[in-house]
Amino acid sequence: MNLTLKIWRQKDSNDTGKMVSYNVTDISDHMSFLEMLDVLNEQLVNSGDAPVAFDHDCREGICGMCSLQINGEAHGPDRGVTTCQLHMRMFKDGDTITIEPFRAKAFPVIKDLVVDRSAFDRIQQAGGYISVNTSGNTQDANSIPIPKADADEAMDAATCIGCGACVATCKNASAMLFVGAKVSQYALLPQGRVEAKERVMNMVNQMDKEGFGNCTNTGACEVECPKGISLTTIARMNREYLSASVTKD
Amino acid sequence: MSKLDSKIPGGPIKDKWTTYKDKINLVNPANKRHIDVIVVGTGLAGGSASATLAELGYNVKAFCYQDSPRRAHSIAAQGGINAAKNYQGDGDSNYRLFYDTVKGGDYRSREANVHRLAEVSGNIIDQCVAQGVPFAREYGGLLDNRSFGGVLVSRTFYAKGQTGQQLLLGAYSAMNRQIARGKIEMFNRHEMLDVVIVDGKARGIIARNLVTGEIERHSAHAVVIASGGYGNVYFLSTNAMGSNVTAAWKAHKRGAFFANPCYTQIHPTCIPRSGDYQSKLTLMSESLRNDGRIWVPKKKEDVEAIRSGKLKPTDLKEEDRDYYLERRYPAFGNLVPRDVASRAAKERCDAGFGVNKTGEAVYLDFQSAIERYGAEQAKIQNIENASHAKIVELGEKVVEAKYGNLFQMYEKIVDENPYKTPMMIYPATHYTMGGVWVDYNLMTTIPGCYAIGEANFSDHGANRLGASALMQGLADGYFVLPYTIGHYLADDIRTGKISTDSPEFEEAEKNVTDRINQLVNNNGTKSVDYFHKRLGKVMWDKVGMSRNETGLKEAIEEIRSIRDEFWKDVRVPGAADGMNTELEKAGRVADFLELGELFAKDALNRNESCGGHFREESVELDGEQKGEAKRDDVNYAYVAAWEYTGDPKDAVLHKEQLEFNDIELKQRSYK
Repeated sequence: MNLTLKIWRQKDSNDTGKMVSYNVTDISDHMSFLEMLDVLNEQLVNSGDAPVAFDHDCREGICGMCSLQINGEAHGPDRGVTTCQLHMRMFKDGDTITIEPFRAKAFPVIKDLVVDRSAFDRIQQAGGYISVNTSGNTQDANSIPIPKADADEAMDAATCIGCGACVATCKNASAMLFVGAKVSQYALLPQGRVEAKERVMNMVNQMDKEGFGNCTNTGACEVECPKGISLTTIARMNREYLSASVTKD
Repeated sequence: MSKLDSKIPGGPIKDKWTTYKDKINLVNPANKRHIDVIVVGTGLAGGSASATLAELGYNVKAFCYQDSPRRAHSIAAQGGINAAKNYQGDGDSNYRLFYDTVKGGDYRSREANVHRLAEVSGNIIDQCVAQGVPFAREYGGLLDNRSFGGVLVSRTFYAKGQTGQQLLLGAYSAMNRQIARGKIEMFNRHEMLDVVIVDGKARGIIARNLVTGEIERHSAHAVVIASGGYGNVYFLSTNAMGSNVTAAWKAHKRGAFFANPCYTQIHPTCIPRSGDYQSKLTLMSESLRNDGRIWVPKKKEDVEAIRSGKLKPTDLKEEDRDYYLERRYPAFGNLVPRDVASRAAKERCDAGFGVNKTGEAVYLDFQSAIERYGAEQAKIQNIENASHAKIVELGEKVVEAKYGNLFQMYEKIVDENPYKTPMMIYPATHYTMGGVWVDYNLMTTIPGCYAIGEANFSDHGANRLGASALMQGLADGYFVLPYTIGHYLADDIRTGKISTDSPEFEEAEKNVTDRINQLVNNNGTKSVDYFHKRLGKVMWDKVGMSRNETGLKEAIEEIRSIRDEFWKDVRVPGAADGMNTELEKAGRVADFLELGELFAKDALNRNESCGGHFREESVELDGEQKGEAKRDDVNYAYVAAWEYTGDPKDAVLHKEQLEFNDIELKQRSYK
C-alpha cells in the first residue's frame, strides 16, 4: 500500500517543531508500524536526510520504550498493543497517517517523536519500592502465604510497562493510572503494607510536582493502556492516599 | 604464555563458595563511601549489582542506553527462573540443579561457577519475594512451580508469561531506592564507548550522552560490564533493537579475553521471517512444545500446494505428515532440547519441506492436544457422545487457559488463528552463551574490570537451559559480585578519587571522538542497516545452526570485506552533537563486524559439535546416534579465550582446560 505520513519533526528541545509530510510506497500489510517507519528512514538516509527519531527497543510490546500518538491515539488504532505490535493491516492504501510524540507537559520533546519520560522514574524513586536490602538471609519465600487472588491482582497491576500512554491519552495528562498500578501492586502484598502510607504520600506528591494533571474519571487511560491496567488501581490509590492522609502521624 | 587463572578455590565443590566467602578481604563501611563503581547495563545482572553495591555503601554510577533502567532486555524473558528450592518435594537439590545445568550445557561450563549458581538460586527467590515480585501462587498461598525442558523436576518460578519483566522491575525498584538515597547516580540514554585503563587497572569509561552527543569521562575504582549478549550480530534475533556487543567488545579490545564466541543459542520456536523489511523476530515460549506437535508434509507436492495456497495444512491427512521430531527422537519427541529441535527444523527446511513462501517454516500443531483435552473435559463434565465440534470447543478452552496470551500474540503478528490452523515457527537467535572471559570472581583479564550476566561466558557452557538466564543474571548481581568485588577493592581504600585528567582518559576520549568523527564524516552511499543485513546473512548462512570448515573460512573473508566496505561507504547523516540514532547504530554495527569475524574464527577452531555449536565434520557416523552431534572431550574440553592483538584475524587463543571432578562426561542422548 501507499501512504502519506504527517510526522512531527523537531530538531531538539529548543526547536519549535512542525509537521512534515512524507510518502511511502509498497508497504506490506505484514509490517509492523515501526518497520514501516524503518522503511521511511532508510529512504531518508539514502537521500541524505536526517531520519525520524523515535523511541523503540524490544519490539515485542514489553519494554515500554515505544510511544507515538498515531492519528490522535496513543499506540494507534488497535487495542491492547504497543506501537511496535501495531500492524499495517490496520491501515489501508491511500491513508494519511498523522504521527506525533506523546503529548504532555511532563513529557518534554527531546527530538522528533522522542520524549523525556524520566518523570516516571522520579515518581518510582519517591517510593516505588520495598525497603529491603539484599542479604541472602531474607526469610524463606514461602514463609508468608499470600492468597492467590491477591497475588494475581498484584500481578495484574504490576504488568504496567511504564510507556506513558495513559498520560498521553488523558485530557489532563494525568499519571494516575501509572502511579495507581504501582501503589496497588504493593498495597495488595503483605510485604508492601509496611511502608504503604509513606509510599502513597510520597509518590503522589512527586507526581504532582512533576506537573501531571488530576484524574477526572473519563477512563480514556484504561482504554488506551496496552496492558489493560484497570481503573480500579486509581480507586485503590485514592483510598490508600485518603487513609494515609487521615491516619499518618 | 597463558595468563588464564580461573582462581577456583580449593576444597570439595559444595564447600568452595562458603569457604571462599569466609576468607576474602572485606572493605569496612566507612571506606566503602570512598570507593566508586561503574556498572554498564541495567538488566537483571547490572540492575541487581548496582542496587546491592549501593546498599553496601559503594558509590555506584550506572549506565544504560535506554531512557530508563527498567527497559533493559531482561524484561522480555517470558518463561521463568529456576531455583533449587524443592518446594514440590520432587527430589530437587542444589546438586541436581548443578548437574542439570552442566549436562544441559553439554559439559562446556566451569563446574565451580555452576555449583555456586545453584547454591545461591534459592536466595534469589527469597529476595525477590521480599521485594514484592508477584510470583504465581497456588490456592494455599504458596509459590507455584512449573517444569522446563531438559530436567526431571519442577523448579521454575514464574509470573505469568512475564517473569523477566517482574524480576527486572524488582531490581529496578531496589535501584530506585538507592537512586533516591544518592548512592546510585543513574545515567540514562548513555552509551559506554571505551574502558579506561590506568596503571593496568580498569579505572573508568568514556560514555556518549545520547541526547546531547557529549563525550563524557567517568572514573571509578572498578568497572562492571553487564551489557548482555551479542545475538544481534545476526541482524535478526529475538534481542531488542539496541542490544549490542559494544561495551563487551571495547573491554575486549583493551585486554579482556573473549571466550567461546561461537556458542549461540538458536531457539526453535520463533515466528518465521515474513519479508526483507523485518526488523526482529519474536519468540514463542518453549512451553508450547509441551502440547504442540511439530511437522512438515511428507511429500514435496504437498509442500508446493501449501506454499501456493492450494492446500490447507488442516486438509493434509495424518499419514502424509512427517512428525520429524517424534520420528527421530522417540524418547523425547517434541521436547528435545533447544539445539536439537532447531537443527532438526533446519534439516527439513534445507531438504525443501519448509511450509511458507520463504521455505523457512515448520508447523507447530495443537490439533491433537485440543482433541485430547476436549475428550478429557467431555468425560469430566459427563457429556455423553460429545460431537467432534463440542470436543474441539472444550479443548480450545483448555489450551486457551494454558497458552492464551501466546496464541493472541501470534495472531496479532501473523493474522492467523492458531486454534484453527497450525502455527508456523522457525528457529531464531535468542541468547549467546559465549562472552567476556571471567575468573571465579567474575573478573575479566583486565584487573578491576568485571563481567556479569549474559555478557560473561561462564555458566551455561555450550547450551543454556530454559529459565536459567534470569537465575544467572540475578545470582551474579545480587549474590556473587558484591562479595568478590570487595576482595579486589579492599586494596583501594587508600587510593582516593580517580582523576579523569590523566593521559589515559585523554587517549581513550580521543579514540572515541576520532571514531565518531570518522563515521559522521564518511559521506558514503549506503545505510548502516545495509551492512548489518549483509553481515547477518553471512552469519546466519555460514555461522548459524550448522557450520563447516569451508563455510567458516568463506565467512571470515566475507565479513572482512563487508567491514572494509562499511568503513569506505557507510553514510551516517546528521552530526555528532545532539541525538543521532543512525550514529548509535553505526558504532554498534562496526563492533559487530569485528566480533563476527572472531565468532567465525572460534567456530572454525572448535572442530567438534557441542551444544549450540554444530560442526558438520563432527557427527556420529554409525550406531543408534548416527548423524547426531559428536562432542570431542579429548581435544576440546576447554574454554577458548581469545586475546585481541590489533585485528580479529590475529586474535591469540588461550585455553582454560575444563576439569570435571564431580560430574561424569557423557554423550547426551534423546533417542
